Amino acid sequence: MSDNEHDVEHDAHSGTQTTGHTWDGIKELDTPLPRWWLWIFYATCAWAVVYWVLMPAWPALPGLAGETDHTRGLRDHSERANVAAAVEELQAQRASGFAALEGASIDQIENDPQLLGFVRAAGESAFGDNCATCHGAGAQGFVGYPNLNDDVWLWGGSYDEIRTTIRFGIRAEHPDTHFSQMPSFGRDELLSRSEIADVADYVLSLSGHEASAEALENGETIYQAQCASCHMPDGTGDRLQGAPNLTDRDWLYGGERSQVIDVIYRGPYGVMPAWEGRLDDATIDALAAYVYLLGGGEAETATNGPTGR
Amino acid sequence: MTIAQGLRRAGNDPSTAAVFLITILGALWSLFAAAYAPDAAMRGQSWLILGGFLTGIIMLVGTMAGGGVINDEREYNENLIKAGVIATMFWGIAGLLVGVIIALQLAFPVLNIEAFGFTNFGRLRPLHTSAVIFAFGGNALLATSFYVVQRTCRTRIAGGIWPWFVFWGYQFFIVIAASGYIIGITQSKEYAEPEWYADIWLTLVWVVYLLVFLGTLWKRKEPHIYVANWFYLAFIVTIAVLHVVNNLAMPVDFFGSRSYSLFAGVQDALTQWWYGHNAVGFFLTAGFLGIMYYFIPKRVQRPVYSYRLSIIHFWSLIFIYIWAGPHHLHYTALPEWAQTLGMTFSIMLWMPSWGGMINGLMTLSGAWDKLRTDPVVRMLVLSVAFYGMSTFEGPVMSIRAVNALSHYTDWTIGHVHSGALGWVGFISFGAMYCLVPWLWKRKGMHSKALVDWHFWIATFGILLYITSMWVAGIMQGLMWRAYNELGFLEFSFVETVEAMHIQYIIRAVGGLLYLGGALIMAYNVYRTIKGDVTEEDENVVPQTAAIPAQ
Repeated sequence: MSDNEHDVEHDAHSGTQTTGHTWDGIKELDTPLPRWWLWIFYATCAWAVVYWVLMPAWPALPGLAGETDHTRGLRDHSERANVAAAVEELQAQRASGFAALEGASIDQIENDPQLLGFVRAAGESAFGDNCATCHGAGAQGFVGYPNLNDDVWLWGGSYDEIRTTIRFGIRAEHPDTHFSQMPSFGRDELLSRSEIADVADYVLSLSGHEASAEALENGETIYQAQCASCHMPDGTGDRLQGAPNLTDRDWLYGGERSQVIDVIYRGPYGVMPAWEGRLDDATIDALAAYVYLLGGGEAETATNGPTGR
Repeated sequence: MTIAQGLRRAGNDPSTAAVFLITILGALWSLFAAAYAPDAAMRGQSWLILGGFLTGIIMLVGTMAGGGVINDEREYNENLIKAGVIATMFWGIAGLLVGVIIALQLAFPVLNIEAFGFTNFGRLRPLHTSAVIFAFGGNALLATSFYVVQRTCRTRIAGGIWPWFVFWGYQFFIVIAASGYIIGITQSKEYAEPEWYADIWLTLVWVVYLLVFLGTLWKRKEPHIYVANWFYLAFIVTIAVLHVVNNLAMPVDFFGSRSYSLFAGVQDALTQWWYGHNAVGFFLTAGFLGIMYYFIPKRVQRPVYSYRLSIIHFWSLIFIYIWAGPHHLHYTALPEWAQTLGMTFSIMLWMPSWGGMINGLMTLSGAWDKLRTDPVVRMLVLSVAFYGMSTFEGPVMSIRAVNALSHYTDWTIGHVHSGALGWVGFISFGAMYCLVPWLWKRKGMHSKALVDWHFWIATFGILLYITSMWVAGIMQGLMWRAYNELGFLEFSFVETVEAMHIQYIIRAVGGLLYLGGALIMAYNVYRTIKGDVTEEDENVVPQTAAIPAQ
């Protein structure tokens, strides 16, 4: 078929002419562009041109747009300047709160309702974005990640101690980080499987679980030889080394017999990053106070002794 | 034409020899890679690639033993299209299934099973996007473009064995890419994850695709080139350019899987989104408009609404789309002037996009009653409606003030899926419903009622999907920007994730319904191909394989 003019037809339904072309039975009407379509198209183009005049829009040859390599636009708009201004405004809004927090003791924080409210807001925000991933949104912890609501503390629970832990981390890449390492008694073949099972029974018996007398006797002997130097002869732990109290019923890695055996076998190596440098000092102060106020904070005068307050 | 070519077999013509050489070289390379690859992933994958090339060699030998590829210039090549239809259905269901799985993984993170790390969201997500866009969408485009270009040029597809090389080479690329994602091979560019060796293979396949398409246009027996072919050609050419430029990279080792991109920093980001946005523009828009421009007038048997509109909206779409990529990088390190350009060109893109919608919908004028009687027309028309909706939503979301709220949220996911499920999915399904009776010479589909069920179930699924993502995305955006009176963020990130749990479940249900519709279709297609067609569908006008002389 061809596009000769005599192929042009009138479409009965629309009354419009066809173009005279046919492809596999498909014809085309020669309908003009819809006016509304055309005018909206023109309007969007006009709007774009206006926008280019007002805003930074086109790359420019050197010298044609002053110091920049693009047209600045009549409004001289800069998103970066806007961001800087917004950040400054936010910092100004927070400034008085952080100023009051600086150097304040935890008693002062607790007794100043305004400061307390500020610390809770600042700490909650920082906690949600930095800590909740491991410690949980409610700071309830998970296996391997301590619960921060209770009064069990591995490295100390005073305001200062919490702040130190946040700042330098645990087994982190920081020279001042808290450090200790429990041996992998099983993996490194320091103890046999049955010895590990006996120690586990003994350790569990410290918080009331029952086991055969033979296992307990054997377990205690091994415990005193292998574990007591860090966890103390009575099992109450040592915060200087981050060695948990084994006589309570709070378990970092779970209190099932199999979980305790697993811990002794592999020797856990929990890491918390050092936040110094990632968060500013003021935010770390707020975080430490927030964690302290979650419920388990200990008075400044508390010793590092095994039993806490 | 004067030369009435008869049945010709291309048993030992140069094109077969060239394809043979390609497979031999590919097999040799993969054998060396299996031996010398520096990374374990490549050592594993090279065996799969070797298997692919060996399969190719066996297929070629089998073809040649049978006398070569049949090349009958009196008939259209329909077997090629049949293969494309089946591949489209297969990859469509595979891609949708992975989509449902990752939607469930987002709603229920426990489904990211630790022991099966390769099935985690991070690995499956690119598998889903590539499977639906490139495997499902790509095969729909291959099949329909090969069909349409033959019919509207009134000539058999050009190139002897080469169209088959394109078809099988493309399937091979999909398998290489998908298996690579699973074992962790990715260059971390969205929608361009495959590494350099897969990219080179696709480039080869794609250039041959372009040449086959051009060759067919070249020997056409119609004086003019039909509008659908303009769109297909724009799609093929632009995707070639986008693919090559965005994937420019230096391999670390000639037999290894890793490479370094030519671009770095914000230049890399801009190149990536110039690619990513125009993959939407030229793959998912221009290509599928090609489908629309053939299958809607053909199915409703009405002339295309406006020839003039088709010219104007084609050229304005092509010219403007290519500038809009920077709107993916609002409020980033990208200079503000580039963001402005991306945004203004996105706004100007609104009407050029809608030109296709108008031409699609208004072609029904005089045949609107078919919406009642033909579920396939209903599917095609709803597809164009979704096209109109998402090409309006897109420019709106490109406005910086709107983008400040929508960017990085699930609103974007909803937007993408109104385009993908509504427009791309439905226009492809509609075209397949047309093609299956035409190709297998049936009076209609096995069951018209099942087409209707597919339509309604899938439509309901899309609505659940996009409405839940609007709610989730806007809520998420508002929660992210909420400050309390002391100047601190009101919500932590994980609280926003928690808040979207219900919407994530609704989204998964929507996806499941859409997958269900596709499964119904696969059954219907299977029964139709098998020959279980009892009812005659008056909307199916038979298409003969013979090329009409005049």
